[in-house]
Amino acid sequence: MARLIGGISSSHIPAIGIAIAKKLQNEPYWKRFFDGYDAVREWLNKVKPDLAIVVYNDHGLNFFLDQVPTFAIGAAASYETADEGWGLKTQGSVEGDEQLSWHLIESLVSDEFDITICQKMLVDHGFVVPMTLLWGEDGPWPVKGIPLAVNTVQHPVPSAQRCYRLGQALGRAIASYPDDMKVVIVGTGGMSHQLQGERAGIIDVDFDLECIEKIIHDPEWLTRISNSEIMRRAGTEGIETIMWLVMRGALGDNIKTLHKHYHAPVSNTGAGVVLLENLAAIA
Amino acid sequence: MVWAKHDYDDIPGTYVFNGERSAKGYRINKMAFSFNDAANRAEFSRDMAAYCDKFQLNDEEKKAILDADFTRLLELGGNIYYLAKIAIFHGMTVQDACARMSKITTDEFKQRLLGNAEGFKSKLEKIGGYYHG
Repeated sequence: MARLIGGISSSHIPAIGIAIAKKLQNEPYWKRFFDGYDAVREWLNKVKPDLAIVVYNDHGLNFFLDQVPTFAIGAAASYETADEGWGLKTQGSVEGDEQLSWHLIESLVSDEFDITICQKMLVDHGFVVPMTLLWGEDGPWPVKGIPLAVNTVQHPVPSAQRCYRLGQALGRAIASYPDDMKVVIVGTGGMSHQLQGERAGIIDVDFDLECIEKIIHDPEWLTRISNSEIMRRAGTEGIETIMWLVMRGALGDNIKTLHKHYHAPVSNTGAGVVLLENLAAIA
Repeated sequence: MVWAKHDYDDIPGTYVFNGERSAKGYRINKMAFSFNDAANRAEFSRDMAAYCDKFQLNDEEKKAILDADFTRLLELGGNIYYLAKIAIFHGMTVQDACARMSKITTDEFKQRLLGNAEGFKSKLEKIGGYYHG
């Protein structure tokens, strides 16, 4: 049986990708942020997952506004990383797992999550930056990947509660896959930031830290907050934090917090990292 | 024939990218989407105005793009991730664009970010269990 051994949350800020490409990890501005990933990389190196499901939002690379799926999942043998016109370094292709993808799709749809199926999917910095933070910039990465894109760009975007329930359905789907493999789920995006309007530049440390603590210990808390309220506090782009709930929902109640890290500002954003071990799957 | 009101409409200085804005700014965003292709980026840099014409942008939209007037572009339905693809041609980062939308310099914008995050380490210590660095 497939085992979901852990969940990780991470921001996916494009400036991180640029800093990695320019090897700025030890510069004073960046060092504390990057050092906060060491513990996660050590854990990954120890547990060696076979595959990562990466929950992220597309930023106008694979999806244009002519067709916007609320939830979309990759079902390809591989995924090309590509630059969305910003001059970011690409990372070649990521190996997928068609059989697991189609199993997840069948399970999700029968669980009433009518997810968009993508047999071809270009992945942008939302996917690439977390993968690079976790598995390095000198690819190919030692894990397979399955992209799961959540619309956080074109409103209306799904509610925090819907994201949490998608995660729960995903957890059931992974647990029912007959192949013996180790899976991790990465919830990316956020935390507080706003990149537009006269209110650009919002960082709400209190909200970010409350989110981290509640997502670990009481994830239903965030599911009770409306998207408007999240945007009011955490900024329009801070809404991405709802994607952490897909990760958290997949894990269930029997978890252990192995690592927590927060740094701000990273570029324009409050950046959080959480590593949760799924004790239910380890036992 | 009326656009729905939303409970986020009163958030100050904020342009939530909803259906009304997306419908209005479709051609602007469509043009910006074309910059995913390097050949289109090269064509746009050779003659920005002519490239705007290819996407049937009107004079107001074209002027906002040529002037890198991001607040106006938000009003015209531009989405920030698509506007970021345009900012690059003006030698601007997203941070520069944010500063311009806030009517401050990029250095002042960076100070705003630092100010908003000030004191976060002591908050981490108070909650406990966080990486110290």
